[in-house]
Parts: sequence; C-alpha cells; structure tokens
Amino acid sequence: MTHLDGNGAAGVLREIFTTEMTTAACTCASCGRVSAIGALRLYGLPVGTVLRCPSCHDVVLRITETPRSWTLEIHGRVRIDRTQT
Amino acid sequence: MRRGPIPWRTSEVRELSWATPRVRLIRLHVPGWPGHLAGQHVDLRLTAEDGYQAERSYSIASPAEKPGIELAVERLPDGEVSSFLADELRAGDTLELRGPVGGYFTWQVEQGGPLGLVAGGSGVVPLMAMARHRLARASTVPAHLLCSWRTLEDVIYREELERLAARGDGLVVTHTLTRATSTPPPGFLGRRIDRTMLMEALPGPEQRPLLYVCGPTPMVESVASLLVSIGHAAERVKTERFGATGGVR
Repeated sequence: MTHLDGNGAAGVLREIFTTEMTTAACTCASCGRVSAIGALRLYGLPVGTVLRCPSCHDVVLRITETPRSWTLEIHGRVRIDRTQT
Repeated sequence: MRRGPIPWRTSEVRELSWATPRVRLIRLHVPGWPGHLAGQHVDLRLTAEDGYQAERSYSIASPAEKPGIELAVERLPDGEVSSFLADELRAGDTLELRGPVGGYFTWQVEQGGPLGLVAGGSGVVPLMAMARHRLARASTVPAHLLCSWRTLEDVIYREELERLAARGDGLVVTHTLTRATSTPPPGFLGRRIDRTMLMEALPGPEQRPLLYVCGPTPMVESVASLLVSIGHAAERVKTERFGATGGVR
C-alpha cells in the first residue's frame, strides 16, 4: 500500500491539538527513532489515517475524523516534543 | 504559529483557468484568511446533497504576499473530488476549506538557502509558492528548481517560470520531460530524474542546501533516496507525496 507524508494530516492534527503539530518531534515507541510528525508515513484508510514510523514502520498514531467527532489513538509510549516557533 | 481551534471557512471562487488540459487553477477569496507560509496547504471539504462528504488536501500556489489563495487541481482518473473541481466548479461558487495547515513543508526567506526544489508534475505547486514568495521578498537566495513533466503539454507555469529564471536573481529552472515522443525542445531534458541530473541541477551536498521534493509517491521515493545517495543529509530532504490515499494533491 502506498503512503504519503505525515504533513498531509496537518489539518486534523491542528484540529485535535489546536496548534501546528507537523514540526513537532515524535519518538517511536518501538524503535526510538525521532522524526518530525510531518515526516511520518501517512496511510489513508476509508475510516481515517494511520501514521507510521519511517524507520521501523510500526504504528505511531491512528486518527479517525467525522464531521462531528475525532478519535486519536496513540500506540505505546510514543513521545511528542514541540517547541514554540 | 497561531493557537486555538481552526474553523472550516467558506471561500468564494473568484477566477478559474486551465493551466494545462488536465490542471485547473482556482483562485479563491477567503474571508478572514489569516495568511500562510509558502508550502502550506488547505483541506477542502465537499458535501453532496445527501450529506456525503469528501475531504482532500491541496497545496497553495500563491505567496502569502498576495491576497486570496490559488490552488492548482489536477483531474485524476476516478477522482471524485478533482473531477468536480476541474469540470463542474464555476466562478461565484463557494468551497468549504480549513487552513492554512502543515508547517513542516514550508520555506521562508529568513531560513536562507541555498534551495534545491524538485517537482514531479503538479508537485510544482507548493514550490511555486516558495519561488513567488522569494520574488515578492526580493530575495537573492540561490534557488534551483528541477521540474519533471510527462510531456510539454503538462507543463504548468511555463511562462512564469521562464520570466522568473530570466531575472538573473539566483533562481535557476531545469525542466525534463519523461514521456517525450520526439526530441525535447531547447532548454528541456528528455529523461526521468536520475542521479546525474540531481547532481547537475541542484546545489551539491557541500553547500548544505535545503531540499524540498513534491510529487507522486514513486517519484518522491526515487528522488529522496538518490539525494541521500549523493551525500545530502536525510534530515535536510523534506518530502510531500501526493497520491490516492487521501492526502495532499
């Protein structure tokens, strides 16, 4: 299955976190790789979006959005660090 | 960066034109638009009469320095959203959008350069915003833009890119055609982007350029790994893929 970049999820992430998140650093719970959220691998699904680690390809975040709701699933002990720009 | 909820806004279609037989330029007036950075995109949401909604992301082609926003939409086979935008949208219609979003794939003149920009087809759109922003700010940061197109007919912004390159202010544009049936016209290469082309058309690794690659997934994969194999640092290569999984177009 082909993938896009985490940057493509900027809109729904902005909705959930109420701030720009694609430049935030995300540490994969499985392999410890640190990457910008915008550089994660984005897989679109009929029901939502899955963001995977670009290194080990394990799931990092799973997001479902409908017109009136969103759900964010965080897989394992994912760490997100964001610095005000 | 602004904080707080991001509203869905109602924008108005002000102007429509065809850049190529398959790519339509859409100029929108967005009341309350907070401004954007070159490289950012918007999420468009279409709602059918029965309530069915479809959402797609489109990069912004216009620089922040100009009022309104310009999108370029390529009509995709079986693209339910793109075929509506390309074939049915009329001036005066309204479009629901959320944005600007995506701070990762952005460039401002303050970040300096040199810049290495690589576009596959309509992947030129966010890079065009960067070139236009660079011009609007009278920047002389060296910028090298390499554009890959299927055929001459598919070239978007050809005249504008010629004018930008002719200014001699440090912007260099290279075009290549991947499916040219005859000899490519003067100034155009005639093959897929390869290692040699990337070495010749972009600043070398020793100049530590900021690299932005936007296009269809296979092209971006290939270019990004070639750039790293040439010696560019992987963290300086930012990518924006577009394709069929519902992401940025």
